[in-house]
Amino acid sequence: MSTPDIKMADEQTTERMNIVIAGHVDHGKSTIIGRLLADTGSLPKGKLEHIRQTCRRNSKPFEYAFLLDALKDEQSQGITIDSARVFFSTSARDYIIIDAPGHIDFLRNMVTGASRAEAALVVIDAVEGVQENSRRHGYMLSMLGIRQIVVLVSKMDLVEYSKDTFDRIMAEYTRFLAEIGITCDFVPVSGKAGDNIAVGSERLGWYTGRTVLQALDAFEKEPQPVDKPFRMPVQDVYKFTRAGDKRRIVAGTIESGRIAAGDEVVFYPSGKTSTIKSIEGFNQPPQTSAQAGQPCAFTLDRQIYVTRGEIAARQKQTKPRVTSRIRASLFWMGAKPMIKDKTYLIKVGTAKQPVELDEVKRVINASDLSSTEAKNCIEYHDVAECILSVHRAVAFDCADEIAATGRFVIVDDYEICGGGIITEALTDTQLWMRDYVMTRNYKWQTSTISREDRAERYNQKPTLVLVTGRKDVGKKTIAKAVEARLFADGKIVYFMGIGNILYGVDADIKVAGTAENRDEHLRRLAEVANIMLDAGTILVVTAIALTQSDLDIISAAVDTDSIEVVWVGPNLTDVNYDLLVSEGWDLNDTVEEVKMMLQDKGIIFKP
Amino acid sequence: MDHLEQLESISVHILREAYANFKQLCMLWSIGKDSTVLLWLARKAFIGHVPFPLVHIDTGYKIPEMIEYRDRLTQKWHLNMIYGINTEALNNKQTFPDGNAGRIECCRILKTETLEHTLSGRWPRYRYNHSEKKYQLDSNTEPFTGVIVGVRADEEGTRSKERYFSPRDRQNDWDIAEQPPEFWNQYKTDFAPGTHVRIHPLLDWTELNIWEYIEREKIPTVSLYYNQGEGKRYRSLGCRPCTNPIESDASTVKEIIEELKSGKLANIAERSGRAQDAEDGGGLETLRRDGYM
Repeated sequence: MSTPDIKMADEQTTERMNIVIAGHVDHGKSTIIGRLLADTGSLPKGKLEHIRQTCRRNSKPFEYAFLLDALKDEQSQGITIDSARVFFSTSARDYIIIDAPGHIDFLRNMVTGASRAEAALVVIDAVEGVQENSRRHGYMLSMLGIRQIVVLVSKMDLVEYSKDTFDRIMAEYTRFLAEIGITCDFVPVSGKAGDNIAVGSERLGWYTGRTVLQALDAFEKEPQPVDKPFRMPVQDVYKFTRAGDKRRIVAGTIESGRIAAGDEVVFYPSGKTSTIKSIEGFNQPPQTSAQAGQPCAFTLDRQIYVTRGEIAARQKQTKPRVTSRIRASLFWMGAKPMIKDKTYLIKVGTAKQPVELDEVKRVINASDLSSTEAKNCIEYHDVAECILSVHRAVAFDCADEIAATGRFVIVDDYEICGGGIITEALTDTQLWMRDYVMTRNYKWQTSTISREDRAERYNQKPTLVLVTGRKDVGKKTIAKAVEARLFADGKIVYFMGIGNILYGVDADIKVAGTAENRDEHLRRLAEVANIMLDAGTILVVTAIALTQSDLDIISAAVDTDSIEVVWVGPNLTDVNYDLLVSEGWDLNDTVEEVKMMLQDKGIIFKP
Repeated sequence: MDHLEQLESISVHILREAYANFKQLCMLWSIGKDSTVLLWLARKAFIGHVPFPLVHIDTGYKIPEMIEYRDRLTQKWHLNMIYGINTEALNNKQTFPDGNAGRIECCRILKTETLEHTLSGRWPRYRYNHSEKKYQLDSNTEPFTGVIVGVRADEEGTRSKERYFSPRDRQNDWDIAEQPPEFWNQYKTDFAPGTHVRIHPLLDWTELNIWEYIEREKIPTVSLYYNQGEGKRYRSLGCRPCTNPIESDASTVKEIIEELKSGKLANIAERSGRAQDAEDGGGLETLRRDGYM
């Protein structure tokens, strides 16, 4: 076996690749990385000697693993606690090795590491063989979307370089990987003795395959999905008017496909369309197109109101899915289990919405792929197939169609506690609404005055304030008082009594005293509200005992995120309220509370 | 896409995520090459604008060229520039150059503490008034909840453990063992009241990448990085008493890139000229845990 061409770390190569290294604790990952660094001449001068000295001082045998233990904590615990990044180069390209820890409690570090990687090394100890974490990590890598894996069977020096041991481990792990649809190469190594890391070894004469360095260089760069349908989750819409810039710029990173000036774009879930006027940039030659992998900024020729959270797609290409019910494979790493009847946040693309766990279809034990059906929650380190119910429909793709827009995370109490891939878009109860709302948005006549212009003029954000609660709790009194107070403050505000809808817009349908037409009534209410909000008002509406599903219908039709629900009195429904007004309220205090809430949320401004 | 375009893409994405998610957002600008590249990337992300304040911690011992350069770019690029300074410690001479504190202690007093209190708004902030062309006491004392910092993973051991979005608790502490996961490009953008998040768009960049990008984009950098004819240049910038230049003939960006590629500096740590590092056991762990950049 020839010695690979090793280059110094500082020489220039243009290609770089992130590699995650995973495996059970103590299976020798750090030693292998330490050896890779030493053998490729990637260490700062004196580093190796410094560590040898430290070891001598502490009467500890030197280990290559110590090179990575940059933190004092780690050295005392003897385990790597985070995904450290290590830089080195071969003649083929630059590498960043992301060292994912093997300790069972530290799986979130592996996820972090693997999320940034294009390929993976999995280390399995020749003495201990395939362990629970070896399988778990393999499964996780596959779920995170890593397709290129090489398995290193480590510590071969401790099994007298036995081919039988190597073959046995290879057969066992290959069987496991086959079940999750992954094939890969195996390399027998000894980090301590340096066999098969950078150079081949006589002691492993029976092995004719690649060394670790050669295996790394054999990984292929995953091409950007430029030929898939165009997808760009909208990160923001910029208008830097104060700096004298009149452009209204839609910004995001293109996840797949390509786009050019003149292309017609559709935003989902709203269904609004416009045409790309220009591709914008700073300190770069003028461009007329952009493609997957690139950060992008464009202007539109027809001003439409789009917000962060929507996905830009191209007309006449496959549409993204839009629904509020999704089937997903979810990996949970929260200390508290994910339970039903609790509201979490889902982040999919740039959208962030409240979400609930509807149903656990089955829980898979990632380490042996056995499954349990009868489970009501998703516990720490479970991988579950489940159904999630998002409060408001989001746009996405199924992960097997476009990987990047088929991924999501779940936030519980400020922390990312789970991540997953969407396997299916399910129909939901607002499907009937959404179809016509998208048509409405498509046909919507926009005026030359934008929503921002109005918001700036009126010094307020158009907002629907829904005052709800049981019968005879004083909803109308509160709503009218809020209107009067905001009006006195100079706000553009309107109170809309429900009777005004019932006997006017609803004249042709029977609503009062029947549940039959409730959805249609809500739709009409929402449509009227939508026009009022488009005009820039703060609209105060009363409604009897709104449920979450009622609110979902209204949200689906109203073209704003700005809906505030004020619940008055006892016997709450399942609706997620923003403000609770308890029985025995004082009118002035209540109005003040509503006003404070609107100020806190930036809908109106503090004086 | 070449490697610089890939790095730029991730950094721009992170900057836009930060701007969309943090209302009280600022960027630390140390005047050094890394945070100046970061500032440039912000102009890329926001199409020529920098829509948040830049915060500089002035220790009173910065090399004078650094302050001149800072104020020149502030005017030229219309930056919303803020600085914080520990006037009390400087007046009381509680510093290393005055002989009343060790290097690490001095860093803690002049940088770490000042940073913490400037970010929280408890200490005065001085903001550049573009019409009057001078710094004035800033009336805004809202704490910053998102702080963009130009640390790179390859600088030294501790920094390689960082996340792109890294939470700090109420005491400004970094809990290395309990870091949240980052799935794909989803980051920690939700945070409890009183806490804040450090955002690190340059984490994947190397020293060489920084210089290659400076060359590609023609980013103006402070003259201290270049040999002015004495065979010395600064490789990393800090306070005058604790920062030493390296032996180098490189007087242009191109020459610095060549110098880095030649392997001449491969065996010398980038921050070897920073005396406080050596005192902290070779890493910045003690300082960083307390909130050092």
